[in-house]
Amino acid sequence: MSYSITEPSSRQKWVAGTLVITYALITMVPLLWIMMTSFKTPPDSISYPPKVMYQPSLEGYVNLFTTRTRVSPEKLASLPPPANFAEEIVRNRDMVIAGPSKFGGRFLNSVIIGFGSTFLSIFLGTLAAYAFSRFKIPLADDLLFFILSTRMMPPIAVAIPIFLMYRKLGLNDTHLGMILLYTAVNISLAVWLLKGFIDEIPREYEEAALIDGYTRFQAFYKVVLPQAATGIASTAIFCLIFAWNEYAFAVLLTSGTAQTAPPFIPTIIGVGGLDWPAIAAGATLFLLPVMIFTVMLRKHLLRGITFGAVRK
Amino acid sequence: MSGKTIDRVASATPARVARKVKGLSDRAIAWIFVGPTIFLLLAVNIFPLIWTINLSFTNFKANRVNRAVEYIGLRNYERILGDSDIWLSMQATAHFLFWTLFFQVLIGFTLAWLINKKFRGNDLWTTIIVLPMMLSPAVVGNFWTFLYQPQIGLFNYVVSFFTGVDPSSFDMLGSVDLAPWSIVIVDTWMWTPFVMLICLAGLRSIPDYIYEAAEIDRASKLRQFFTITIPMVLPFLMLAVLFRGIENFKMFDLVVQLTGGGPGSVTEMASINLKREAFEKWRTGYSSAFAIILFVTVFGLASIYVKALNKVKER
Repeated sequence: MSYSITEPSSRQKWVAGTLVITYALITMVPLLWIMMTSFKTPPDSISYPPKVMYQPSLEGYVNLFTTRTRVSPEKLASLPPPANFAEEIVRNRDMVIAGPSKFGGRFLNSVIIGFGSTFLSIFLGTLAAYAFSRFKIPLADDLLFFILSTRMMPPIAVAIPIFLMYRKLGLNDTHLGMILLYTAVNISLAVWLLKGFIDEIPREYEEAALIDGYTRFQAFYKVVLPQAATGIASTAIFCLIFAWNEYAFAVLLTSGTAQTAPPFIPTIIGVGGLDWPAIAAGATLFLLPVMIFTVMLRKHLLRGITFGAVRK
Repeated sequence: MSGKTIDRVASATPARVARKVKGLSDRAIAWIFVGPTIFLLLAVNIFPLIWTINLSFTNFKANRVNRAVEYIGLRNYERILGDSDIWLSMQATAHFLFWTLFFQVLIGFTLAWLINKKFRGNDLWTTIIVLPMMLSPAVVGNFWTFLYQPQIGLFNYVVSFFTGVDPSSFDMLGSVDLAPWSIVIVDTWMWTPFVMLICLAGLRSIPDYIYEAAEIDRASKLRQFFTITIPMVLPFLMLAVLFRGIENFKMFDLVVQLTGGGPGSVTEMASINLKREAFEKWRTGYSSAFAIILFVTVFGLASIYVKALNKVKER
């Protein structure tokens, strides 16, 4: 093996590795604790000292998806045997399942609004990014900066007139209203990231296509888009994660029909206080997709979080 | 598709003519492509902003639509600058901003420096460290209130395990002294990876030959660190601070879930104060003026900072 003076010694590597791994393990504790709590029973979740070893239970997930009512022991004894495991868990607490909870609907809202706004941001963002990348647009730098600057406003500052505007247009608490709003927030990210990705595609490809008789549209559609596919996909995931996580607009502008999961999860209340296993179950289901996406995105992560300013 | 008349005509037409007939000019395409984005931003960002500016000169209250709206000039602005609550919220914001940036830069840079030692499996651990940053601050913040519970919370348990303090003797979220630090801890936990990733990119951008040259000149490792590593990473670090600074100035979701601005109003930062004025007290005109002041502050500070950043880059 060749010796390099800039290569850290194996002892240095060992020390560095130990410190970083220690930090990583500590940083994981709160996330692991969420997942562990989601499989606890309510009494286990609030025991002292905190339980690391416990009998796993699905009670949190059952409570997350159902509403329950307390019944008298006589009534409970008169019921037919429980039809499934969920009913059995609920009956052990002297209760019966009254119906589904709102969680499923809120989760679905998150999916609809997340995917809707992502699709729209990517569609508009790709077109704008291509134009900024390839054409001479008057005041292009100013326009690009304007697009970015919309990101600097505190969401609450824009929320006041949007609230008034949406109230007039009947868009308050609607999917369409939220999709448009999240698209407007995401489009700055989409344009900046996609412009970077399209800048990296050599112009010669399109020029060759134009000489072959393609129109601009065809060149864009058949040459540039396939080349930019990876960039578009990772930008889409960033937009999706933003819309998925957004809270400020969601809590101010939605209350029922279009409410997403982030404002809803903290409001899950059990019998006699907060139902932490149910909250943890909701959080687990909500956070897990983002964790998976993050691992998939790791190569483009830096680019995404810095609006393309740092490309590695 | 090729059976359509229009396509047959198109394919028979010479390319140059076809482009004139079927294709639009580049200029037209540019506007068609950029137009919708600009329109959307004008409608959902700029129009509301102008509306906010307009409202900020009025005594409008959004929960009383029928009341006559009066223009009261700069009175809202005067009142805000003289309002002690606003100044307290700005202080809370400044405290949060300073300490989160301090810890995130310190820990983030150290981690990046260690990861750059290229030990085995560093990619895997980097990915794990990055996870908290991508998650929903509201959902995660909400769960941290559980970790911070005085008797049963894991955080209090761990602290008492290592220090011997009774876990029910301190309340991170409920005590006036500790609440500001409880939000600093969670924000640092979430966002240190952000600073780390950017620093790592900076460290990796330094070519090996600079260190090799320094080594030949017999510069000590410490000296190499201060004359090569730090100056080369500085522009990256400043960029990270810019992003975090803007985000934390606007901080809302995490703190709403953790402390809701309490106890009392010790953690009521600018955005939370604004939300209370606008959506709980319904002082729409007054809060619009505050929103404008906040926006101008962020924009002004960011512009000055970007100038400084560019100077550092040019060196």
